[in-house]
Amino acid sequence: MNRRQTEEVREPLFHLTRRMGISPVKAWGIRAAAFVLGMLACGLIAFLLIERLRENPGRIGAFYYAFIKGSFSTSYKFWKFLKNVAILLCISLALTPAFRMRFWNIGGEGQTLVSVLGAIAVDFYFGGRIPEWLLLILMFAAALVSGAVWGVIPALFRAKWGTNETLFTLMMNYVATYLVSFFLVVWVPNGSSSLPRQQHGRLPTIGNDYLLIILIVLVLTIGLYIYLYYTKHGYEISVVGESVRTAQYVGIKVNRVIIRTMILSGMLCGLAGYLIAAGLDQTVTTESVGGQGFTGIMVSWLGGFNPLTMILTAGLVQFLNQGASQISQDFDVSGALPNVITGIMLFFIIGCEFFVNYKIHFRGSKKHAEAAAEMGRGIGK
Amino acid sequence: MNVWLNFLIDSLAFGATFVYGSTGEILTEKAGHLNLGIPGIMCMGGAGGCLVLNMIGKSGLPGAVIVILGIMGALVMSMACGLLYSFLTVTLRVNQNVTGLALTTFGSGLMKVIMSKLKATVYLTGPKFFYRWPFADRQDSLHCLGILFFLAIAIAIAAGWVLMRTRVGLHLRAVGENPATADAVGINVTRYKYLTTCIGSGIAGLGGFYYIIDYMASQEAYLSIEAFGWLSIALVIFALWRPPVTIIGSFVFGVLFSCSSFITHFDWIRVTMANKPLLRMLPYVVTILVLIISSIRNKRENQPPASLGLNYFREDR
Amino acid sequence: MEKQLALQLRGVTKHFGNKHANNQVDLDVYKGEILAILGENGSGKTTLMNMIAGIYYPDEGQILIDGKEAVIRSPKDAFDHGIGMIHQHFKLVDLFTAAENIVLGTRQEGRYSLRAVNAEVAEIVERYGFHLDPAKKVYDMSVSEKQTVEIIKVLYRGADILILDEPTAVLTPQEISRLFDVMRRMKEDGKSIIIITHKLNEVLEVSDRVTILRKGDHVATVNTRETDENQLTEMMVGRKVSLNIRRSEPVNAVPRIYVKDLNLYSSEGIHILKDLTFTVRSGEILGIAGIAGSGQRELLETIVGLHKPATGTITFINPKKDKPVTFFHKSLKRVKELAAQDAFHDRNMNPVSFQGMRNRDILKWVQSEDVLFREDEVIDLRDRTPLEIRQLGIRLSFVPEDRLGMGLVGSMDMTDNMMLRSYRKGHGIFLDRKKPQELAEQILRDLSVDTPGVSTPIRKLSGGNVQKVLVGREIAFTPKVFMAAYPVRGLDIKSSYMIYDLLNQQKEKGIAVIFVGEDLDVLLELCDRILVMNAGSMTGIVDARTTTKEEVGLMMTRTARRSGEAEE
Repeated sequence: MNRRQTEEVREPLFHLTRRMGISPVKAWGIRAAAFVLGMLACGLIAFLLIERLRENPGRIGAFYYAFIKGSFSTSYKFWKFLKNVAILLCISLALTPAFRMRFWNIGGEGQTLVSVLGAIAVDFYFGGRIPEWLLLILMFAAALVSGAVWGVIPALFRAKWGTNETLFTLMMNYVATYLVSFFLVVWVPNGSSSLPRQQHGRLPTIGNDYLLIILIVLVLTIGLYIYLYYTKHGYEISVVGESVRTAQYVGIKVNRVIIRTMILSGMLCGLAGYLIAAGLDQTVTTESVGGQGFTGIMVSWLGGFNPLTMILTAGLVQFLNQGASQISQDFDVSGALPNVITGIMLFFIIGCEFFVNYKIHFRGSKKHAEAAAEMGRGIGK
Repeated sequence: MNVWLNFLIDSLAFGATFVYGSTGEILTEKAGHLNLGIPGIMCMGGAGGCLVLNMIGKSGLPGAVIVILGIMGALVMSMACGLLYSFLTVTLRVNQNVTGLALTTFGSGLMKVIMSKLKATVYLTGPKFFYRWPFADRQDSLHCLGILFFLAIAIAIAAGWVLMRTRVGLHLRAVGENPATADAVGINVTRYKYLTTCIGSGIAGLGGFYYIIDYMASQEAYLSIEAFGWLSIALVIFALWRPPVTIIGSFVFGVLFSCSSFITHFDWIRVTMANKPLLRMLPYVVTILVLIISSIRNKRENQPPASLGLNYFREDR
Repeated sequence: MEKQLALQLRGVTKHFGNKHANNQVDLDVYKGEILAILGENGSGKTTLMNMIAGIYYPDEGQILIDGKEAVIRSPKDAFDHGIGMIHQHFKLVDLFTAAENIVLGTRQEGRYSLRAVNAEVAEIVERYGFHLDPAKKVYDMSVSEKQTVEIIKVLYRGADILILDEPTAVLTPQEISRLFDVMRRMKEDGKSIIIITHKLNEVLEVSDRVTILRKGDHVATVNTRETDENQLTEMMVGRKVSLNIRRSEPVNAVPRIYVKDLNLYSSEGIHILKDLTFTVRSGEILGIAGIAGSGQRELLETIVGLHKPATGTITFINPKKDKPVTFFHKSLKRVKELAAQDAFHDRNMNPVSFQGMRNRDILKWVQSEDVLFREDEVIDLRDRTPLEIRQLGIRLSFVPEDRLGMGLVGSMDMTDNMMLRSYRKGHGIFLDRKKPQELAEQILRDLSVDTPGVSTPIRKLSGGNVQKVLVGREIAFTPKVFMAAYPVRGLDIKSSYMIYDLLNQQKEKGIAVIFVGEDLDVLLELCDRILVMNAGSMTGIVDARTTTKEEVGLMMTRTARRSGEAEE
């Protein structure tokens, strides 16, 4: 019902309403502006942190050029960029079905890490003793199963007892990390805890080292898009995410959807883990996933949980990352600079979603009255 | 001193890092905000304090002044991060998990950049003795029980007292449980969320500072703060959102974490290298068990604050 | 003793859009009295009280407190004037104790001590004879205790004028009499109490005077001692208004659903449905009348399988007799099973047996529409989930009260909302959006839904159009039973009539229609029979063609009669 009457009187300087819709042009305009502002802020921070820049302000051009240089200057960097985007995208995609269901799975890091561990465990014990193709299949299966198990455990407890899934999945990340350390100690008796690159269980390559991985993730992206938007399962996920009551009304078994979706989510993390294990590293460390499980959450959220848009957001995050690494190289600063740059840009990009989703009405403006009318129509989430 | 006692005191001192972190996180969560930026905030707190000490470490100022200025530095830096987090989640209503993760990325990165520029000989060598007062000259574990250690215990107890025994605490808990009701009875929800998030961040920031300057007092200490930030978030669950319980909880976590290095002193315990990671995993496993058991028992007092993770917008029904 | 005026309303008017919620209402409230505000749903009682409590601000008119004009723009202003309102939906923090909830938000000087607060609360409890332990947690409380907390919360803040919005709707008879005792004691203490209610017996029992509102107008204020139930009912419901809703005679009405001795308890243990027994017939509209919250919604939700009743049966009669088997079963296995149970006969009434026949031949025979069911199918619906009911081939349409929270998904477009019912169709894993889209376009055309297109999220549609989408989808489901809870709530006249027409069309198709309504005029003109509910019980079923508004009004408001009379 309409409560505006009372509030108008003691209205502060402005008030907010949720937008009922926004034209894509305007939305992307806002995002582009945020990107530019963020870049300016990065420049400012860089000025404070980088001595060479302070000494020679003229190099600010080189600072910004380094972003492009980081990913596009040589074909090697470009392929590396594509590969990194692919892996990050794969993890982000894995988290997306759960997020669309409003199941806040922040355990992508752990789910991916145990999958790497699972695949490498098979490699470690069976490598060289069985045919290569069988080894690869077994590694694949092990990765999928490990990821699925890691994902489904919190889902089971959430379905049965309503255990908070955000905190549960978060904790599972660290259990996974120490599980890896444990196996490293067991497998590497000399105490160095670093497992040498395995000689077996390497994915075949086509074209160059990375093309196969990129293609697999591309296929996965399209497949997941179709799954989420054009299949019955995807539809059920959306309904459960939007309203559990509606789901019950049309006879959807909510708990079953939650568990099924988390198995899928875990298995996709498993795929990412397999690509890392068999396609790239052929070993496992506690840093095999390197925080991409967390970055993936942001990629997925920024992409509006839409696999196709997430190609863009994953690309953006990776672009910033490699650009910032390039800067640390060119300007000789600590290797942690990419995190700073990425963090700043994320603040601007996620903050701007507010201006996409909400309208600000200033006191006394004409739109103010319209807002009151809009309120009356009822605003859902 | 007895090896056993030494070990226990060391665990206690180590645990103070988590006491800060989780007390800060509890305050934020009590206002309904799951702040995954706490690891980054702890990093920034450490960096802020060291930054100040780097300037005044050799200035010859009285010890007490150096101590206070260092603490101020840690507070200012971490509270600035808290302010940023509040602005994004309270005012701009951005998803809390995403904001927190971005803040952790940013904070841990910026700390490493800052710390790589500071000189340990300046910020650490001299000042650490001031912070380790009154046991600075001891050779055993007792030397870690300095000012910041006692401050941690005091803050945890005080936070518990404020939450449960004062009107402000009552209002704060109402904000985290049911912001709409709090709003309806005239509590300024936004102000409470901002203030507690900033204060909580400040407290957490002290944890990072304590770890660098007092407990570890080493040049590389800052590299492991982020991991302990995550452990602090785990501890919140373990302590069932009660700040004084974090003291016991962090002692337990401290024991589990550091026993692997102490355990070699006891020949009656057989331990292999492989057990070390498992022991370190234990705090998380125990936390998961606590989370599961409390959800199965479903005792209302032991649940996360009801509006945790949900941003409040008055016009939403 | 001369009575002192506490509160006066002069010509208070409030519009919502172009609709009058209150029109030129005058009202006097004295100190030390209990004033009852009586009126049907939608008569403007709550709106009027919300203006006093600062939730709304009047468009016109004055509010005077103690003879002086007061400007009440917020609940806080109301408190400052000593006015406190107890709403139907409690605003309490579950995790807190009663005392903590009561002091929440107050700013008193001095140190905060829960013990002192407990003592203060205990003092109020003592003074007015409440039953409440200040240290008890709200989550452990019954509805009645929560209400007590809300009342004390208002008293603690020093209110002299208390407004209670339908306080008895959720209470047991014992709790009601306790509440009335408290109210009388507050009255003796010089407080003014305004109680909003529909229940005549309560009005007569507790109030000093009664103000009757109808369609936003102030009809009369009378002294309780000088009136009786019949007079009050007449003033409340008014003369019957002719609406000219087309109503046809039921054709061939046969039982479709039997409900017998149905009892339902909420998860908090509240008895929501009490011993309901009635029959729903095909080709007829069964109206359900009752004060909002008498269990109408839960009754429908129980029938469709969303709640598990404690006792009782719900039986669905599937009219299959003499209908070809092909209509109902596509699975040959199931057909063979039924044949083994001797469920079929052919056109010449000879029993059908598939013994020794090849599948191909059976299929041929069945498809020739020569195999007929012997009997109607009797299916027990109790304890079946909505999905199980669907899988039994029973189509129950249900238009729930909460359109966007239950019936539809606000962020999805019309096409995707059409699919909610039908997305499982077909064997593949993919969704078929073609048919839902055609259906959406058809509904958009047939019901003239005002929307930019079928791919616009329906959250952006107005209430009437949202309802058209929902009703349209439920009709397209080709149900055997069509149930609608408050389908015209919030709709304009034109859309409302369209909905009535659609319900009538369903009825003429031989579908059993259940209509939960709030406007008695509509119920009387649209329905064939009206089931009247009162606090979860059934007070009777009447013939809509012969009954009067007064009769239904009395059945809605008077406490349940002896159960023997409640039978059909």
